[in-house]
Amino acid sequence: MDRSPNGVVEPVVALRDVSKSFGAVRALRGARLELFTGEAHALVGENGAGKSTLIKVLAGVHRPDGGTVELDGQAVEFGGPGDARDAGIAVIYQEPTLFPDLSVAENIFVGRQPRGRFGRIDRAAMRAAAEALFARLGVRVDPDRPARGMSIADQQLVEIAKAISTDARVLVMDEPTAALSGVEVERLFAVARSLRDGGAAILFISHRFNEVEALCQRVTVMRDGAHISTDPLSDVTVDQIVRRMVGRDLGALFPERTAEPGEVVLEVDGLSNEGVYKDVSFDVRAGEIVALAGLVGAGRSEVARAIFGVDARTSGAVRVAGRSLPAGRPRAAMAAGIALVPEDRREQGLLLDLSITRNATLPRTRSLATLGFLTGASERRSAREWTGRLQTKYGSLGDPAGTLSGGNQQKVVLAKWLSTQPKVLIVDEPTRGIDIGTKAEVHRLMAQLAAEGVAVLMISSELPEVLGMADRVLVMREGELVADLPRAEATEEAVMFAATGQQEAA
Amino acid sequence: MSLLSPPAEEQSQTRTGSSRLDAVLRFRELGLVLALVALVAVTTSANSRFLSQQSIRDVLLATAITLLLACGMTMVVLTKGIDLSVGSVLGLSAFGTATLLSEYPSLPWPVAGLVGVALGAACGAVNGVVIAYGRVPALVATLGTLYVFRGIVYFWAGGSRVNAGDLPRDFLDFGTGRLLGVPYLFLIGVLVVLVVGQYLGRYRGGRDLYAIGSSEDAARLAGVAINRRLLQVYVASGALAGLGGVLHAARYGTVDASAGSGLELNVVAAVVVGGVAIFGGSGTVYGAALGALLLTVINNALPVLGIDQFWQRAIVGALIIAAIALDRLVAVRVGRSLRRKDSHVG
Repeated sequence: MDRSPNGVVEPVVALRDVSKSFGAVRALRGARLELFTGEAHALVGENGAGKSTLIKVLAGVHRPDGGTVELDGQAVEFGGPGDARDAGIAVIYQEPTLFPDLSVAENIFVGRQPRGRFGRIDRAAMRAAAEALFARLGVRVDPDRPARGMSIADQQLVEIAKAISTDARVLVMDEPTAALSGVEVERLFAVARSLRDGGAAILFISHRFNEVEALCQRVTVMRDGAHISTDPLSDVTVDQIVRRMVGRDLGALFPERTAEPGEVVLEVDGLSNEGVYKDVSFDVRAGEIVALAGLVGAGRSEVARAIFGVDARTSGAVRVAGRSLPAGRPRAAMAAGIALVPEDRREQGLLLDLSITRNATLPRTRSLATLGFLTGASERRSAREWTGRLQTKYGSLGDPAGTLSGGNQQKVVLAKWLSTQPKVLIVDEPTRGIDIGTKAEVHRLMAQLAAEGVAVLMISSELPEVLGMADRVLVMREGELVADLPRAEATEEAVMFAATGQQEAA
Repeated sequence: MSLLSPPAEEQSQTRTGSSRLDAVLRFRELGLVLALVALVAVTTSANSRFLSQQSIRDVLLATAITLLLACGMTMVVLTKGIDLSVGSVLGLSAFGTATLLSEYPSLPWPVAGLVGVALGAACGAVNGVVIAYGRVPALVATLGTLYVFRGIVYFWAGGSRVNAGDLPRDFLDFGTGRLLGVPYLFLIGVLVVLVVGQYLGRYRGGRDLYAIGSSEDAARLAGVAINRRLLQVYVASGALAGLGGVLHAARYGTVDASAGSGLELNVVAAVVVGGVAIFGGSGTVYGAALGALLLTVINNALPVLGIDQFWQRAIVGALIIAAIALDRLVAVRVGRSLRRKDSHVG
């Protein structure tokens, strides 16, 4: 380790009293962070606490308004992400940022392609290097295929390969595991540990404490853009950390519910779409929360999209309160009282460039209009009411939705659909990439809606959420509905068994 | 880990073979070649003189200048931009070069040619600065400079024109000269296509252009110097249009202020028909070159087939729409198959 003359260990990278504002939103105020060689450092905080902004300062994407970035004790100013990369800082971003038209190998090496004679790109060497990286990660990805159409998990693997290809001194991982399977996470951690033991400094951001504990030695808590605490991980408990993150007492993550299901509201009968799923039948009652569990790719989201009429179906029927819905007509589904909160809020849930107001009122532009004209006032009133009910944090209602943090974006999506006062609410991965505080709020909200008589269909890949929220758990495997477990029978083992078709899940 | 995730065995899938991207592009270029062959075959069967040396030479000569501009346009379109000013830049360069040579006949013509190229590059630099640093959309910026540059030529010419008689003999000889029967101008066009093709395919700078057009955000995070690359691209497009102007002057000898008017749309058409995605990120300069050749052959073939002048334009238009529709179709198909197939190989 580098030691300064007085024997104190010097950080490789230090952020000192960094502040950054976007318009009226103060994303960072006096944030601090020190990363040491050979150490993995966890950065935790609620969504909107400023973690991602802090990383972007570190990565040279954002220029801080105040404070300094120090590298080996020297203040530096990054002109752009290229400078940070050249200084040995590699970042795995939360949202994969790939080039859909370029091959996987080129995505990894863009701007740094191995070159042969006359400065020509040596494609064979590039391909071999990409294969070596994937071998190191223990995954098999075809380096020649274009990035277009890759699953989120595979995209994330490419991002990871990109980051470790630079032999970085500092590796920043912003929730890299959200889309990965257990095996892939293990391999990522193995690589991260070997990098760490080889002298790299690692900054790890995650909402999963078991992952933090598996990798990190030190933990920094941020709240509202400010530094709250930094401790060796062994000195603090998860409870302490969570309390610091939230800054208030946290209610139970899953609210108490006394379920009294009423009439059947949503009936799905023999729904099939060739090659994707077949013969899916179930119903959801008023006031009931039904979870749809299964492996990623089992066809759950596709079923949800077909119910809402976004995707076509080859056969089967969907009925709401006894009335049949035409296939492929989302407008009819909305009129019948179905709301769908989609899986990918950035791609499907929001129009990122439009204002929060517009996003929050989009499905109701007709009912909010006066004589066919939208008046800004009625939109704003409605948007303010619903975002307020969901305690959404934003600078101004006129800000583009894309400027919000992930948790607050999700709240806007929820606000948009709740304002239509749906009879059936379908939520697809409602709490993916959302901090614990917001997660609990979303759960409470869903419970409240169920109590008000809404039929809730929840797709989730997080078992605790499935088990904690659902009155019934439906399990899909390879496009077929294989289990319908009432709450009492829904255990972790039972769900995993049904989802994988084997006793020991991967 | 609580995440319900696929078991490891699912990662073994069939090998997807060598680059599917290349396969799609090759398919496109093959399609263009087939269309060319079919068109030539049909036209020749109607009139065997269509394949005469003179006729082929006409086609090559007519394609030469479009080839140059198509190279520049390909680079620009790859970055999701467009350069509508190339026709005007060509006019400016052609008139400038011709005026220079007519006023200083003792000047070696290659020097005047370099001046023409430099003039084009300067125009391109104006576009590049406005687009890259001024953040003005390329469509608007180059539409503006289309008029500005053309206005400059008209102001400069003031109704006059340069006649072939005023130009040095060797310059005009170059414009009509041939090597082994192939016009010099066409050879220059092919040379530029090959150089640009190599640059785009095998050099970091060229790959950066694909990256920028594919996802500007990702390019920024990857540390690609976006502004510098955009500036370079518009300078290159301008310089090639400038070279086109020099060749235009050499070929026709007589240059007035309207040289190259409307050419920009022909060039965009060639590039689009050649399979360069108008939304950036994919396509090759070889496809664009084939597109340029195909459009010229159509223009020369339709009169031979006795098809009305009016229909020529309609057919070119239909071809453009068909090309884009084909692109969409292929993109949707490929996208679907890519999604269906796991990216893992085994």
